[in-house]
Amino acid sequence: MTTSSLNTGSRTSRYLQFIQTYGMLLILLLVVAIFSILSSNFFTTGNLINIFRQVSIVGIIAVGQTLVILTAGIDLSVGSIVGLAGAVSATVTLGTGNPLYGITAGLLTGAVIGLFNGIMVSYFKLTPFIVTLATMTGVSGITLVYTKGNPIIVSDPVYKFIGQGYIGPVPFPVVLLVFIYVLFFLILRKTVHGHYIYSIGGNEKASILAGIQVKKHKMIVYTVSGLLAGVAAVILSARLSAATPVAGTGYELDAIAAVILGGTSLFGGKGGVGGTLIGVLLLGVLTTGMNLINVSPFYQDVVKGAIVLVAVLLDRFINTESQ
Amino acid sequence: MKKSMFVMLLVLMFVISACSNNASNQNTASNSNGASSEGANNEVSTEAVKIGYIINTLNNPFFVAVKDGAEKEAEKLGVELSVVNANNDLATQLSGVEDLIQQGIDVLILDPVDSAGAIPAIQAANDAGVKVITTGRMVEGPEIITHLGYNEVKHGLEAGKFLAEALGGTGKIVELQGVMGTSTAQERSQGFQEAMADYPDIEILASQSANFDRAEGLIVMENLLQAHSEIDGLYAANDEMALGALQAIEASNRTDIVIVGNDGTLDAFHAINAGRMSGTMAIYPNQYGEKAIEIALQVANGEPVDSMIELPSIFVSADNVEEALAEVQQ
Repeated sequence: MTTSSLNTGSRTSRYLQFIQTYGMLLILLLVVAIFSILSSNFFTTGNLINIFRQVSIVGIIAVGQTLVILTAGIDLSVGSIVGLAGAVSATVTLGTGNPLYGITAGLLTGAVIGLFNGIMVSYFKLTPFIVTLATMTGVSGITLVYTKGNPIIVSDPVYKFIGQGYIGPVPFPVVLLVFIYVLFFLILRKTVHGHYIYSIGGNEKASILAGIQVKKHKMIVYTVSGLLAGVAAVILSARLSAATPVAGTGYELDAIAAVILGGTSLFGGKGGVGGTLIGVLLLGVLTTGMNLINVSPFYQDVVKGAIVLVAVLLDRFINTESQ
Repeated sequence: MKKSMFVMLLVLMFVISACSNNASNQNTASNSNGASSEGANNEVSTEAVKIGYIINTLNNPFFVAVKDGAEKEAEKLGVELSVVNANNDLATQLSGVEDLIQQGIDVLILDPVDSAGAIPAIQAANDAGVKVITTGRMVEGPEIITHLGYNEVKHGLEAGKFLAEALGGTGKIVELQGVMGTSTAQERSQGFQEAMADYPDIEILASQSANFDRAEGLIVMENLLQAHSEIDGLYAANDEMALGALQAIEASNRTDIVIVGNDGTLDAFHAINAGRMSGTMAIYPNQYGEKAIEIALQVANGEPVDSMIELPSIFVSADNVEEALAEVQQ
């Protein structure tokens, strides 16, 4: 999976292209190697599965965030969607006794909020930052009203399977994670819609002139982002056997950090989901690794922040050198 | 340029490892300790016991003090302790527990974010063969070896008794209650009422809530002082309300009111030391952390423990306030 844009390769040398593409992957491998040396419990099958399962929720949200950022937008509402969609999904499952209805309701909740963001951004020409900031605040308020601040407990076995089940040795959330990454990797690479996303982010005016239905495609991108937040909500509530009103708080920032770490440009048009997966894994490896080698909780955030900064700086230097 | 950046990253990683409690250090600590206190730990396995402590929040000074107490005790007993902050979030709590399990802990001390939402985390520990102790909130369902908590009814009872005795078993008093939706407030009030039942000559003029808040304590007390010309004693369910009420009492120049609080905050100890307050039912967060580690070690060694363990508390009055101040400022 490459992280660079598709059309800058011709002028750069192969070596630089390699570094540019795989720089963050090398950092990830380096970090993994260091943790493996520091803790004998780190590089074990059990822990690697553990890490993948832990990153699956933010990982899926980050796919939607990647699409939005590729169009030069941003979606701050995804964390709050996780809270509301999880609560809706859990209550509908409890109310109808059918987890399929619950899951559908949860996914729809996410998609509808995403669609709302999309309409506001495309057709009302509002700034994505402000629109999604407003939705974020509003939706978390709605969640508190809807749940009256209480967690909703789900014990349906089918529902719980989504978060706690396994297919062979692989946790089900990881199966979903891989499926979604492959799917969106192909959509971005092989479909017209994918090419339009890069084109809109690269130059919106030119895209309009080229006859691309920019508004429609942007609206779809925000809807997909909301929908994927809905997927994450179902997984999270199934993992916890409970939907809590404050679930998902701050996930939007983790997702954005992962996207940027993965080399997708905040200005749009450059990047992809492959890099995002690496970014997500890097953050997950840092969290788990620091817990394993027993870093004091107060230092963990400091170290995480510093590493994100260094990684992005490193990426920046590599990219400047290649130009 | 690239090279220098990689070097920077390497340096950063070494900083992380420096922040972590170095494993070799811990081993030497446990060895030296094992030698000095052989009698206490009768021939436990040579490897240090590993305890994981997942704490609900570290944004609250009380729990930071709990953590500090736990860390000190772990060092003293020669056990390896990892503390993870759940940041008031169920998902972070679950991930943290999973990471601790991967670390190979023997016992998990869980301070749950939520009673029901903690079940998957405990289940995961049970499945991995890790013994679980809970503190604070009670969780029902999965296998929990023991629960550590405060006996809040007893706190209300002891504080109430002290107040009644200080008044010579007769007089008019008022009660300031906490946030009545919480079990802490309800149990403290229940204990207080039970104590008062033994003193028929004491009249409770009013029981009002000031929501554990200092400013509300001030206002509620101002109103009570207006309403009642004779008040001999005040029982407050926490020190914050007691100190707020103290402001109202001092402003009204009624210096003869006996004030008793709960919690044992530093401010309250200073007020007791200055003779402005009579006493408080003190709980020490550092002792909370120490007790948790002590019990976890017993559980790790397979020693039998009660299914419910009361966390230590002590009534502080002018008699022992000096010691209390020393304990807090430790």
